[in-house]
Amino acid sequence: MMRFLLLFSRQGKLRLQKWFTPMSEREKKKIIRDMTTMVLSRQPRSCNFLHWKDLKIIYKRYASLYFCLAIENQENELLALEVIHRYVELLDKYFGNVCELDIIFNFEKAYFILDEFLMGGEIQETSKQIVNRCIESSDMLQETMEEYMSKPAF
Amino acid sequence: MPAVSKGDGMRGLAVFISDIRNCKSKEAEIKRINKELANIRSKFKGDKALDGYSKKKYVCKLLFIFLLGHDIDFGHMEAVNLLSSNKYTEKQIGYLFISVLVNSNSELIRLINNAIKNDLSSRNPTFMCLALHCIANVGSREMAEAFASEIPRILVAGDTMDSVKQSAALCLLRLYKTSPDLVLMGEWTSRVVHLLNDQHMGVVTAAISLITCLSMKNPDEFKTCVSLAVSRLSRIVSSASTDLQDYTYYFVPAPWLSCKLLRLLQCYPPPEDGAVKGRLVECLETILNKAQEPPKSKKVQHSNAKNAILFEAISLIIHYDSEPNLLVRACNQLGQFLQHRETNLRYLALESMCTLASSEFSHEAVKTHIETVINALKTERDVSVRQRAADLLYAMCDRSNAKQIVAEMLSYLETADYSIREEMVLKVAILAEKYAVDYSWYVDTILNLIRIAGDYVSEEVWYRVIQIVINRDDVQGYAAKTVFEALQAPACHENMVKVGGYILGEFGNLIAGDPRSSPLVQFNLLHSKFHLCSVPTRALLLSAYIKFINLFPETKATIQEVLRCDSQIRNSDVELQQRAVEYLKLSSIASTDVLATVLEEMPPFPERESSILAKLKKKKGPGAVSVTELEDSKREGGELNGGGDRGSDTASTPSPSADLLGIRSAAPIGAAPASAGSLLVDVFSEAGSAFSPFLSLFLLISFHTMAKSLPPCPCIVCVWMAFPSFFFFFSFFVFTSMVPFPICSHPLSCGLSAPPSEDPAPPLSEADELLNKFVCKNNGVLFENQLLQIGIKSEYRQNLGRMYLFFGNKTSVQFASFTTTVSCPGELQSHILLLNVQTKPVEPLVEGGAQIQQVLNIECLTDFSEAPLLNIKFRYGGALQNLTLKLPVTINKFFQPTEMASHDFFQRWKQLSQPQQEAQKIFKANHSMDTEVLKAKLLGLGTALLDNVDPNPENYVCAGVIQTKSQQVGCLLRLEPNAQAQMYRLTLRCSKDSVSKRLCELLAEQF
Repeated sequence: MMRFLLLFSRQGKLRLQKWFTPMSEREKKKIIRDMTTMVLSRQPRSCNFLHWKDLKIIYKRYASLYFCLAIENQENELLALEVIHRYVELLDKYFGNVCELDIIFNFEKAYFILDEFLMGGEIQETSKQIVNRCIESSDMLQETMEEYMSKPAF
Repeated sequence: MPAVSKGDGMRGLAVFISDIRNCKSKEAEIKRINKELANIRSKFKGDKALDGYSKKKYVCKLLFIFLLGHDIDFGHMEAVNLLSSNKYTEKQIGYLFISVLVNSNSELIRLINNAIKNDLSSRNPTFMCLALHCIANVGSREMAEAFASEIPRILVAGDTMDSVKQSAALCLLRLYKTSPDLVLMGEWTSRVVHLLNDQHMGVVTAAISLITCLSMKNPDEFKTCVSLAVSRLSRIVSSASTDLQDYTYYFVPAPWLSCKLLRLLQCYPPPEDGAVKGRLVECLETILNKAQEPPKSKKVQHSNAKNAILFEAISLIIHYDSEPNLLVRACNQLGQFLQHRETNLRYLALESMCTLASSEFSHEAVKTHIETVINALKTERDVSVRQRAADLLYAMCDRSNAKQIVAEMLSYLETADYSIREEMVLKVAILAEKYAVDYSWYVDTILNLIRIAGDYVSEEVWYRVIQIVINRDDVQGYAAKTVFEALQAPACHENMVKVGGYILGEFGNLIAGDPRSSPLVQFNLLHSKFHLCSVPTRALLLSAYIKFINLFPETKATIQEVLRCDSQIRNSDVELQQRAVEYLKLSSIASTDVLATVLEEMPPFPERESSILAKLKKKKGPGAVSVTELEDSKREGGELNGGGDRGSDTASTPSPSADLLGIRSAAPIGAAPASAGSLLVDVFSEAGSAFSPFLSLFLLISFHTMAKSLPPCPCIVCVWMAFPSFFFFFSFFVFTSMVPFPICSHPLSCGLSAPPSEDPAPPLSEADELLNKFVCKNNGVLFENQLLQIGIKSEYRQNLGRMYLFFGNKTSVQFASFTTTVSCPGELQSHILLLNVQTKPVEPLVEGGAQIQQVLNIECLTDFSEAPLLNIKFRYGGALQNLTLKLPVTINKFFQPTEMASHDFFQRWKQLSQPQQEAQKIFKANHSMDTEVLKAKLLGLGTALLDNVDPNPENYVCAGVIQTKSQQVGCLLRLEPNAQAQMYRLTLRCSKDSVSKRLCELLAEQF
């Protein structure tokens, strides 16, 4: 299973954290620190896999954002890379040309999309269409007039 | 402002986030956050009821603040309120907040559980999914208790929507992982397996994760999944890239599901049914064939997905390890990847080949890639790839290519990254030992290792080279010559000095004939390094010097002069000073004969598992070193150490701990050199640098000699006086192991004056209770009343123990005729041996406020149940005080912890299945049931506390071996707390029934 997914910027600013197993805040902070230093110090064109404690760390950079996924030892690294890619695709589809700012300002959406795709550290649904349909329909569910009006106008 | 805002943009939130982003400094950010927190707090506390939208917005802001790394201590209640909102987004934000922030605050959990329960029964699929997500995210025990029976029902109900099924499957998986005891197998299990046939690929993908996990734990119950998985896999593999619509990922049909299916099959042996097996082999061949086809897309996603399946298929082929044809094909495929331009593929190919190398069918095929791998080690830009290359070289090494591989690894070490040097050093050391045909090569390799990477050469490595040189007389001369040459280097590593000191001290005579390495030259060379070394090394060198005096009488004057100079004899370090004094004295008063015996050449070491291998195992965790490799090294290691004509054949039947600790069972009684050897090994490996291995050996031998030539006790005492440290060591290591001294078997009274002539009082009524306090600890106050305080410090090693008793006079008046007597009542006499050793003769008078000390040495001869008695008598103001206590010497003190994996544990547990071997007790908790407290107690017991062994994480299991002189008793323990009932069930299984019984009695009082 996957243990956690972190999104951070090139400056090491954390943009999203998803933990699939319970962990204390202290442990989380330590892991975040370890991951950012470890991943950011990697040379370009290195391989995307690292061993860390008893986990495998799979990371990939998309524009200014690093996606860093920790998987258990028997899991498949290449597929984990594609988990990251599929998540990026899903974000892209939803936001349209997703950028770091989208994730900062709509972090809750980024979580919801992730939750449709993964659950408890396992893949829940790999179909892009189905995930997107879920997200769209939940967006539709809540659009009361009042909320619609209060949306920023652009 | 955001570039895009979709769905229900919350303007207030966006403004707040922009504000934070615009903050110029950390201080400004904190200020802004505090302002916001104050605002939210006042809103939540305000009289006006907040509408759902505002509540959602504020909760979302809190979440954002939390994710920035700030603590949030309020808002939980509002989030829980959102859960029961009818508006989807409000509910959704509530759940998000709970998932991210909630800890096991039980008050809150109950409220959350309520909301979840409502949503689960709402029959609204989106609400149900949210609730299931929340359970999976929090995954606490309370939630498991509340929902573990409900979720399987949702999962297999006929009318459940697909999306809910997916969530339910994964939610159940999460609960099963955290609280397996709460997820009960039942009628639903067989229906879960059939989800593999479900129409909806998403359902299959989610369900298969659950099925895989369940199959791993209960393979028999889920056996039917094998044929279902094979047919599903075969359908996917043979489908065209467009058949599966949206489940095709970059022209690869259902890569996630395929990998999961292949992973599920790895939980089982190859299918027995010929048709199923044929179908599966066909699938695997198709996957291997597809790897050779031209790619359908240039995108990396395409090749990643395709190769992910390929690697998973190769894993399955390796797992089966029965299809030579497939194994060789797999190896060839990986060989192609070794030169692929994608770094990721090179990395994975190296990693995957490591496992192929351990299969007999593909080992040779892997070896053909040696040049490529060596090249990777030299030229890869990425350190993690180089590390995999080093791992593979290690895995593919055998007798035929050992020299080449070791040479390559050594040369790589010169430039290797610091992070992997230590591991590399261990690997080189192991390979050199395992495949050494001629020992000069072995010695060269290790010395090179120390030269190149001295800082990373751990103690184990240089201990090992010395063990081997000592045990192999054909290499001793060469070792002496080589180390002598190595020491000539102007800057050589301290580890080299250690090895040099040791080897020249033992075998310097073998090269002394050459005038270039005459005794004095050797000595001067060693001594030139002395001042640059740390204290332990200096201590070792001093021992080497005294050995020189024996080997080369002509160096005596020079060495004595060195020992005599102030920097030695008055060294501020006690150990060095003591050695200098003792050695100087020894060299001046002992005759040549005595000297020759005392400083005799080291006896061979008993054969044991390589300590280096043990260290590598520890470093990499169990499973990192394959089983064949271990067996291999045991076999070959045996050849290496024991094969020589001086090889020690002392090894008796392997003890239960042999494979784990590498210490064989105690040497036969009376075989002094052998027992000296085994004792030494322990000093060596456990006391580490604190005591030079030599020293204790000298002590042993010299004591042995003296004991033979000077039987009457007083003389021995005289010698001790001259060498105080002898006394110290012997009493612990030797004295107890040498039975033939008449003073041993009787209780000794320590007072010099006649003791008051009254029989010892019967043990105090609370004596047992006092004893129980010390079962799990070694130090503390044993007894206290208005007059007297008795403190205890004790330490145990193997079957030996030493106990310090401190008697404190709490009054201001002196105690007269103070005597203490230790006795072993009844049978105990033959079970445990007590020696009373007084560090200084105790005056029968203990002044007011003073404390006196007594030392006891203890040897456990065989297992025992009673405790020895300690009687204290003294006069206080004329009245005779007579007091008897039980000495807290209990059988568990002689435990050696034994680490073992779950599999081994249960295997041994099963082996100890005779009814009398088991003792069980169910009892009420008398003390706190706190995990940490329990753990500390179990560790104090002396056993190893084993993690991840018991399927129920609430339970504790321990393993250890009780060391007695006559035998070793393996013990396994299982403690099952039931917090609700405040009860425990304790089960012990030992290879000896009396031990199970006694331990059970002792332990039942501890919790």
